[in-house]
Amino acid sequence: MNPYVPILIMMGVAAVMAIAGLATSAIIGPKTYNRAKLEAYECGIMPTPHALGKGRFNIKYYLVAMTFIVFDIEVVFLYPWAVAFSDLAVFGLVAMLGFIALITVPYIYEWRRGALDWD
Amino acid sequence: MNHGVVADFSQETWWISVIKAVAILVFLLLSVLIAIWAERRVLARMQIRPGPNVHGPFGLLQSLADAMKLLLKEDLTVKAADKFVYVLAPLITVFASLLVFAVIPFGPEVSVFGVVTPLQLTDLPVSVLYILAVTSFGVYGIMLGGWASGSTYPLLGSVRGTAQVISYELAMGLSLVSVFIVSGSMSTSAIVESQQGFWWAVALLPAFAVYLVSMVGETNRLPFDLPEAEGELVAGHMTEYSSMKFAWFFLAEYINMFNVAAVATTLFLGGWRAPWPISAINDGMFNEGWWPVLWFLAKLWLVMFFFFWLRGTLLRFRYDQFMNIGWKVLIPIALVWLVAVAGVQAVRQFADVDLRTTLMWIGIPLVVVLALLLLWPEKKAPPEAAGPSEPEEIDAFAEGFPVPPLPGQVLPPSPRRAVLSVTAPAATATTTTPTATTTSDEEASDG
Repeated sequence: MNPYVPILIMMGVAAVMAIAGLATSAIIGPKTYNRAKLEAYECGIMPTPHALGKGRFNIKYYLVAMTFIVFDIEVVFLYPWAVAFSDLAVFGLVAMLGFIALITVPYIYEWRRGALDWD
Repeated sequence: MNHGVVADFSQETWWISVIKAVAILVFLLLSVLIAIWAERRVLARMQIRPGPNVHGPFGLLQSLADAMKLLLKEDLTVKAADKFVYVLAPLITVFASLLVFAVIPFGPEVSVFGVVTPLQLTDLPVSVLYILAVTSFGVYGIMLGGWASGSTYPLLGSVRGTAQVISYELAMGLSLVSVFIVSGSMSTSAIVESQQGFWWAVALLPAFAVYLVSMVGETNRLPFDLPEAEGELVAGHMTEYSSMKFAWFFLAEYINMFNVAAVATTLFLGGWRAPWPISAINDGMFNEGWWPVLWFLAKLWLVMFFFFWLRGTLLRFRYDQFMNIGWKVLIPIALVWLVAVAGVQAVRQFADVDLRTTLMWIGIPLVVVLALLLLWPEKKAPPEAAGPSEPEEIDAFAEGFPVPPLPGQVLPPSPRRAVLSVTAPAATATTTTPTATTTSDEEASDG
């Protein structure tokens, strides 16, 4: 049997459980209307009107996400090399060390420019 | 070297897989119920209080009662919510968290009612990549949940949580590369197989340390539980959720703890293999049949106890400190360690030098450098300003309210103590503090 079939089965079982749980509580739970209950929670005071587009947050988080993409791709490239380490031999090692060095340069640049500082 | 899967799945049929999948689900749900109870009990012990002890023996049914209560609560949707995404988010989180155990080996092949099957749902040549993919998918639940609530605290909690999880995923991913290099495979059963000699936690200690720190950041647990910092963000992305929707987030958090603990066990702690002295008994009889399940669970709960212990010991980090650790400490360590492992492994495999010689050639210069560093003349620190040698007597009530004496200060003799020394001399004789004894002496001579 294809090794991915059991994963599909596991996904099915997990999805059934997740949806069944929500459905059960939606059916058997009580339903009482209360205007204050449906407001956004802000420690008991009247909620401040929310900005259009569901609020704003610090630009820093975008920076983290962008940096993450660069490094995550690096990590993903490292995996096949690590698995085939002995097959690729010295050529693979030199190529990968060069790749890591190339990635380290922007990393140091970013560090020195303060992109990794959280104010 | 074997890049492929070691465990034999050729006898698998679809109904065996269904049974295993349901068994994994039941195992995870029961484990979470026990883990919540265990965490509360362990934490209570560390804080010198009893913890939950009313429902069932030792309070074991406490978390079951909590789950029942959550199931019977009102399932409300806040007014500002984006309805579809709001419901979808907890589903994604719990769905993704349940998938990891599909590739975790619980043990070797066993025979049940004449069917021989490995104690593992399935194994892929890229199992660990699958695990990382699935855990990353779980982040969508946090992010969408916070965004769809249409409220300020959940939004802030969710962007924090997302930034945190992706930052620590890098360090985690880098720390795993060295394991793949030395074991030559990404299949979980093959990695367990490669740890027959010794555990990778011992051989690759720095990678294991980086993994341990980043797994705590990855699961949003104390001391890294910034997305749910109660004092700042109420409950983070879960603030606007109630009933089973909240329960799914909560369940997913605990299942994720089990997930990273299981990965630590499989990749670094020898998986289901018995620990060393036991594994040598009787030609490895404890590595066959159902015994390995015991070792696997023992190691799993050891890592879980580490989580509880951390929570009982450490304080929550500030967000900037936390991001600094991730980006400026863990990632450089992981990168340097990765290059070091690649270098040593290359010398071993391609240059025909055995490990002992390699380590000697690395170790001797390292020892010399360390010795030089130790012997290097240090800059003498300026002598500290001499503090007052005599203890200074302070008026504790000078400011209008009582203050305790600081080091180098003593309180004036208590008027009540004089009375005590007259009426009960035995009680004063047992006091051991020097100030107390001198006072009583003076008073005695006065009397």
